[in-house]
Formats: sequence, C-alpha cells, structure tokens
Amino acid sequence: MILTRRLLPPVQFLLTVALTFLGLLAITFVIGRVVPIDPVIAVVGDRASKETYEATRLAMGLDDPLIVQFARYVGAVVQGDLGNSISTGRAVVDDLARVFPATLEMATIGILIGVVLGVPMGVWAAARQGSWLDQVIRVVGLAGYAIPAFWLGLVGLVLFYAKLRWVGGPGRIDLFLDGIVPVRTGLLLVDSLLAGDLDSFRSALSHIVLPASILGFFSLAYIARMTRSFMLEQLGQEFITTARVKGAPERVILWRHGFRPIRVQLLTVIGLSYAGLLEGSVMIETVFSWPGIGNYLTTALLNADMNAVLGATLVVGAVFVGINKGSDALYRLLDPRARA
Amino acid sequence: MSLLSVENLRVAFPSDHGPVEVVKGLSFDLGRERLGIVGESGSGKSMTGRAVMGLIGKPARVTADRLEFEGQDLRALSERQFRRLRGARMSMVLQDPKFSLNPVIRIGEQIAEALEFHTGLTARQRRVKVLEALEAVRIDDPERVARLFPHEVSGGMGQRVMIAMMVVMEPALMIADEPTSALDVSVRGQVLDIMDDLVRRRGMGLMLISHDLNMVARWCDRILVMYQGRIVEELGAGQLGAAQHPYTRGLLASVPRIDEDRDRLPVLDRAALGACQ
Repeated sequence: MILTRRLLPPVQFLLTVALTFLGLLAITFVIGRVVPIDPVIAVVGDRASKETYEATRLAMGLDDPLIVQFARYVGAVVQGDLGNSISTGRAVVDDLARVFPATLEMATIGILIGVVLGVPMGVWAAARQGSWLDQVIRVVGLAGYAIPAFWLGLVGLVLFYAKLRWVGGPGRIDLFLDGIVPVRTGLLLVDSLLAGDLDSFRSALSHIVLPASILGFFSLAYIARMTRSFMLEQLGQEFITTARVKGAPERVILWRHGFRPIRVQLLTVIGLSYAGLLEGSVMIETVFSWPGIGNYLTTALLNADMNAVLGATLVVGAVFVGINKGSDALYRLLDPRARA
Repeated sequence: MSLLSVENLRVAFPSDHGPVEVVKGLSFDLGRERLGIVGESGSGKSMTGRAVMGLIGKPARVTADRLEFEGQDLRALSERQFRRLRGARMSMVLQDPKFSLNPVIRIGEQIAEALEFHTGLTARQRRVKVLEALEAVRIDDPERVARLFPHEVSGGMGQRVMIAMMVVMEPALMIADEPTSALDVSVRGQVLDIMDDLVRRRGMGLMLISHDLNMVARWCDRILVMYQGRIVEELGAGQLGAAQHPYTRGLLASVPRIDEDRDRLPVLDRAALGACQ
C-alpha cells in the first residue's frame, strides 16, 4: 500500500509526459502533411520526370496509410532520427544540436536578467505604489510592451557597437576566433571556460551581452509588471495587517508575507517567459546574425525544408512541455495548498 | 494609572467634498479591564481599534488631544518606535482566521514571528514558547498543530492560533476586532472563554469590538455604545436594562427572546435617532 502510494505519482508523471509528447508528435506530423508543400518535389525538384517523381514518392513511403507513416515517424524520432535537412544537407538532429545551444545560451542570460532585476522592481513598485519609483517601473514595463525588438536591436548595435565599441558585433564570437574552442556543450561561454581559452570567452561574452540584455529587458518588463500586480493583490490581504500587528518590519512584510505567497504564480510567468525566449527570438537572432533556433526555423520555412521545420517545432514543443512539467513539480514544493 | 487614555480621537478620510470624519471625537480610558465597544457597521468601532494600534495610514488622518498607552504618547512615536510596541505591548485579534493567517507559512512559524521581532531568543527557545502559547489556547497536540498550514485547521482552531499569536509576547493590551463573527456559533463561546481566561490571568486590558450587544455584555466589565462615530452611551455590564439612549434601546428591543410571542420585531427608527443627534 505504502509502496504504491510512493510509486504511483512518478509513474503517473512519466505517463502524462509520454502522452503529451505523443500528442506533440501527432500534431507536428499532421502539420507536416497538411502544409501545401510537396515533400517529393522538395527533394527531386520540379523539373524531375514523372518516373523519378513516382519512384521517389514510393521510396519515401508516402503511399502508405497515414497511420503507418505516423508509426514510422514516431519510431524514427524515438531513435533520434529527424531526417536530413535539404537546405544544409546534414541530419536535422545535428543541425539542432548546433543551433539550439546558441539560443539556449542567450535565452538563459536573458531570463536571468529578467528575473534578477524584474522581480525586485515589481516588489518595490508595489511597496511604493504611486511613488515616482513606481511610475518609472511602470513606464519601463510599458516600454517592454511597446518597443519592437528589432528596433531596439538595431539602435543598440549602432550605439554600443558601431559608435562606442563597448560590445562585439553580430555573430556569437569574433571571426578570427570562430571554431577554435572545441565543442562540448555547444554553449560558447561554457566551452571556452572549459578549454581555458579566456580570449574566446571574452569575445563570446562581448557578443552575447547586447542581444541577451535586450531579451532580458523584454522579460524584465513583463516579469516586473506581473510581480507588481501579484504583490498589490497580496499587500491588500488581511494577513498583511496581522503581520503589521505583530510588529513586522517592512522588509519582512514585503518578502516573507507578500512575496512568499506569489512565488507559485510568478513561477508560471517566469517559466512561460523563458519558454518564449527558448523558442528563439527571430527578430533578435536576425538582427544579430545569431545562429540560433529561431533563425534556423525561419530559414527552413522559407526553403520549404519540412524535416528541419518539424524537427525544430518538436524541440520548441519539448521545451514547453519540459518547462511546464518542471514548474508543476516546483508548485508542489512551494505551495502547501497544492500538495494535498 | 490607566493603560490606555484617549481624548478627542478623530479619524478622517479625504473625499471630494472635504474630509469625512468616521470617528468624531472619542474619549475613553481603559485600565486592566475588559472594555466592550459595540456599534453597527460603519459606527467607527473598528477604526478606533486600528487607530490605537497605529495601523491607519495615508490617506486617512488620525488626530487626538491625548493618546497615551502605558504613559507613552502614541502620537509622538515614529513608525519604528511604534513597531516596537506592536506585537510586544499591544496586539490585535482580527476577525476571520481564513484571511488573517498567511496561507503559505506554517502556524508555528507565524506564532514565532512576534518573538523573532521583539526578543533575542534563539530558534529553539522560540519553539518552546510557541508550544506553550498553543497549549495556553487549549490545543492538545501543539507539536503537530505548529507544523500545519492554516488551511489544514478549522475556523475555531484558526482563531485560537490567532489568539496564541497575539498573547505569546504577553502584551498589556489586546484588541479583539469581531473575534467570533466568522466562527460557527458552537465554537464562539469556547474561543471567548479562552481569550477571557488569558486576559484575566495575565492581567491584560481587553478591548472587545463587536456588533453583538449581548455577547459584549456577557464578557465585558464595561460597554461603550458607538453610533455614527461617537460614543452615545457608557454602561456597566449588568446595566443593559438601564440604557437611556434611543439607539441602544432600539437595539435591545430588536433582539428576539425565546419565551416571547411577538408578531413583528421592531427595527431601528433612524428618523427618530437623527432627531436626537
């Protein structure tokens, strides 16, 4: 009895994850079939003879029943085979292993900036509602909504790269250092440190700081705004009065009594924001020539490179599922009411 | 010397038509006794309690000719000095434990907070005091309850936890703002008993704020009846029958009795009340 009670939750958890992934695969598979792109023509070109076309179609298994095709697709994905990309000529899996870390690196720094600055800003704004500090933070939040990413990227490049020379330009690293550091994690900052190559580290850092800060600014604006409204809701509660009655100092009222109850809600906001960044900001990646997944996906789409599109979609979907499941697990840790 | 001395207390909120007073010149003294403040919603009774606790902030304005607690002028205190009194020398039990306890902090930790703010006790010493406080409010298994979260206890238990939280520092004054209104009728008496016992045994002053005239008459030594921001009558607990003011008499008349046979209960005649103001 006790054994099943212990074992059941993880088993249930794994089952729901597996089911979610199956659903995700089904959706990407269906998308792959309904887009008005002929996968055979994409391979053989539109000048191939009818015989070649038919032969290829048969070879690709496209006249099998859909369910058989889907089973084959799932089987291939499970074995880590996402097919070849027609635009790069390489296995999609290898392409993704190259571009995803580039996005991961930038998004992670971005979300760190967003959380480390955005959360305290939101808390302070709520604590001093209506003060000039609150007004400034609200304007920053509004700017995060209103300013287009590509514009901020271009202005940032003109100012900090072209004029002031404070940061590196487009790309992940200076050209003459490109490809020197051996690839281990795919994260340049980590790989260069692992290799002990400080020149590469500095160069990579100077390249990532501007685009990551811009992403950080957008998530900061969002996180600060949400934190502020969550906090205002809590600070109006009766238990805040109880804390005052006990003689709690302002710091304790804000962070222990106001902030602790909103951690769960905040987790959702941060998780979704991070997932959004991991999807790859096409605008930022384009402006900064960043070889990330957003860039890869767009290029693949424009070239009708369906294997690449589906592979990238799958990765983005997996990121969302992973972050959702992760924050679900953290929920139970942070909110006693969710444990029952 | 009285514990709390209030003279001409006024609380005003700004509005488009100038300030609106909700407490209009209240004067009373409180010793180590049980003082009841009764009145309907909006009569200013809760505001009076909160004004004494220094909990009324902007945009409201609190003024008084005299506001002394244990010989200290409360009007002259900075926020930091006031904080040192709150929870240590004066405390307040709020209405509904469902809302007045923090949902994500363990009960034991919430009770320990007052000790954390006001004493230099170690965590272990605080724990001992917390368990004592829980025992004092007649909780049988304090060790277990201290580990629970507020949603895991009943309303009556929650209110006892609240009382434990407010007496753990052994304050001189306790204000109870409608402490039983949110509770089941069946546990009201028990909660009041516990509070009464603690107040008497520790020689605290109690200000019991309620709209329930009979309840206050039973648990208090003295009663102030408030109406529209003013004290309209002061009564000894046994003298409810001697009430003079039409508001008090109207209230008493509208309480049903079990042995009576009336077709209609009278309601307050506000037109007549307005005439006496």
